[in-house]
Amino acid sequence: MIRLAHPGHLEDWRVRLRDESRAFRRTIVVTAGVCGRAAGAERLIEALQTESKRRGLEHLIGIRVTGCHGFCEIEPSVVIEPEGFFYGRLRPEDAAEIVERTAGSGRAISRLVYRDPVSGRACPRTQDIPFYRKQNKILTDAHFHLNPDSLEDYVARGGYGSLSKALFEMTSESILAEIKMSGLRGRGGAGFPTGLKWEFGRRAEGRTKYVVCNADEGDPGAFMDRSLLHGNPHAVLEGMIIGAYAIGAAEGFAFVCSEFPLASARLGRAIEQARERGLLGLSVLGSEFGFDVRVIPGGGAYVNGEETSLIAAIEGRKAFPRQRPPYPSVSGIGGHSTTINNVETWANVPLIIEKGADWYAGFGTSKSKGTKIFSLVGRVRNSGLVEVPMGVTLREIVEDIGGGALQGRTIKAVQTGGPAGGFLPASMFHLPVDYETFVQAGSMIGSGGMIVLDDQTCVVDFVRYYLGFLRKESCGKCAPCRIGTRRMHELLGRMVEGTAEAKDLEELESLARTVKSASLCGLGQGAPNPVLSTLTHFRTEYEAHIRDKKCPAGVCRGFGPVAEARS
Amino acid sequence: MEDNDIRNILRESGTKARDIVPILLRVQERFGFVPPSVLPAVARHVHRSESEVFGLLSFYRAFGLAPKGRHRIAVCHGTACHVRGCVALLEGLSKELGIEPGGTTSNGVFSLETVDCLGCCAIGPFGLIDGVFYPHWTPEAAIARIDQLRAEGTNR
Repeated sequence: MIRLAHPGHLEDWRVRLRDESRAFRRTIVVTAGVCGRAAGAERLIEALQTESKRRGLEHLIGIRVTGCHGFCEIEPSVVIEPEGFFYGRLRPEDAAEIVERTAGSGRAISRLVYRDPVSGRACPRTQDIPFYRKQNKILTDAHFHLNPDSLEDYVARGGYGSLSKALFEMTSESILAEIKMSGLRGRGGAGFPTGLKWEFGRRAEGRTKYVVCNADEGDPGAFMDRSLLHGNPHAVLEGMIIGAYAIGAAEGFAFVCSEFPLASARLGRAIEQARERGLLGLSVLGSEFGFDVRVIPGGGAYVNGEETSLIAAIEGRKAFPRQRPPYPSVSGIGGHSTTINNVETWANVPLIIEKGADWYAGFGTSKSKGTKIFSLVGRVRNSGLVEVPMGVTLREIVEDIGGGALQGRTIKAVQTGGPAGGFLPASMFHLPVDYETFVQAGSMIGSGGMIVLDDQTCVVDFVRYYLGFLRKESCGKCAPCRIGTRRMHELLGRMVEGTAEAKDLEELESLARTVKSASLCGLGQGAPNPVLSTLTHFRTEYEAHIRDKKCPAGVCRGFGPVAEARS
Repeated sequence: MEDNDIRNILRESGTKARDIVPILLRVQERFGFVPPSVLPAVARHVHRSESEVFGLLSFYRAFGLAPKGRHRIAVCHGTACHVRGCVALLEGLSKELGIEPGGTTSNGVFSLETVDCLGCCAIGPFGLIDGVFYPHWTPEAAIARIDQLRAEGTNR
């Protein structure tokens, strides 16, 4: 194996890899992220390989197993390159026909072609499908084109070119300036300007500095970060190396929750490959910059994602948050400056370095730049991961990409920002996706969860679910959160059981305000948000439960028949 | 046997505070739970008190202190699964098995648990038995599968 001891070695290798990759007539690309596998992707892959071998076509058609393509609803699915034909909801029995046709005429197999359930129209190619057409996959397009376990695939597509550019054509200062100009903001939830955070890290005192990748994605109903690590782990790693160079860090940690075994395996494999090739280690690409990354497994706790808790967890303590300041960029792991970014933030970095800040800032709104990945789930036709430029409206996401409501149902709201986020009723679907707009509307973008609720979702039950989750995940360090989440959960329990009184609602509201202002960290400060946000938009649902003893959605039992409750 | 496994895990592990969680994760993976009897050895290995190790053990979701059933049934209780009706699924399983989530049947055959979100929202509500996914699961289908497993158990 050739160690890349010079930027020229990387470019030579890339040219060679590109020549080799032209060997196949066509390639069958199989999506096999976690949900693809859950839906049977592995059996499909096996069947495709068997059929291809049986017919002696292995030299003609390639079979590439990739990470998640985002359209979870119809997995397992394949894309045929170069034509871009798309077949979804496949069974192993379909493999023979796919192999035969792909090796032969290459025309689309009409029986397997996707039909848009809204218009009934056939959509033979990926770009014909409404779910994909409205997206702008600058970050996740790679998930179609590379095997995540293959450094070669990543390099052939230009991978580590940004690192090479950063190390040999740019200075730390000019990288910082580029990231600042791009307008990139933290994708983990807070939306803090990434360039500024890096600058704090760079200017911090002390020689020992760390960078951390926060991959403890804990919001239930959100799986953007996992998908990036499943689909393109090298992009995240390349972002970290560039960041470490700009900041002056020699060591990095990727904190991955142990509940995501595939994500940590893929990232771990990527790190090993990068080490073997000299993209990590004492002399990155032959430069004077040395850097290495270690994967740290998390034990599983929602609060782990909070940055001061994350530091405690990496140090081997219970994940208790602490007061800020000092911020981690001043005092983090072992008291050293630590720059913590979310997975998606890191993954954006190579793109910005490659294509420039101006290009990146061309996507989005005046204050929210670039694209954002959302996990669009719940009571919506097309569940999946969608990458859109900031500034598109909620309606475009829910209706055009998501395909709107399930058969015969009416969408009433989208809940965004995870358990600490808020609810945006259907009357607000004209709002553009933008950090400030969402906050003004009483919610937040958060890490990118979007849960669609319809007329069969009970808001009170839903909020109770979140409070149950937060009560369980409250670390217990500060009393407002520890006791407040428990008490709010109990009050909501009385409401869904039909035993609540009017004063319970007053108590819930007042308690929510106290917990919000008195809690130590984001978990407690955000815990009351579902309550407060729904009291703004859906107070009548609470009143129906308390005063009329009815659940308008027909979810909460212990009340009268559903038909009566709906009237 | 158990002692040997623990010794091997410790031999391959570091001795700092930050090594405690990785050690416990390996123990959990090996036994399906963390036997309390391993605490003294782990604590000695990392030069910490048993109470500190126990503190981490009880703090994180990944660890259990009691053995699980022969068949581990999990239901995803993420947000999307919640609004798609996983509560009914969970209640159906709970009633059929006569245990609450987190419990194990007295004969040690089945244990039932919830997971917070596995990122497979499109196939919700869903469950897993021994790591195998059951997309769009209904209480009826789940109970039918349990009956199958019971029959296989008596035939053996």
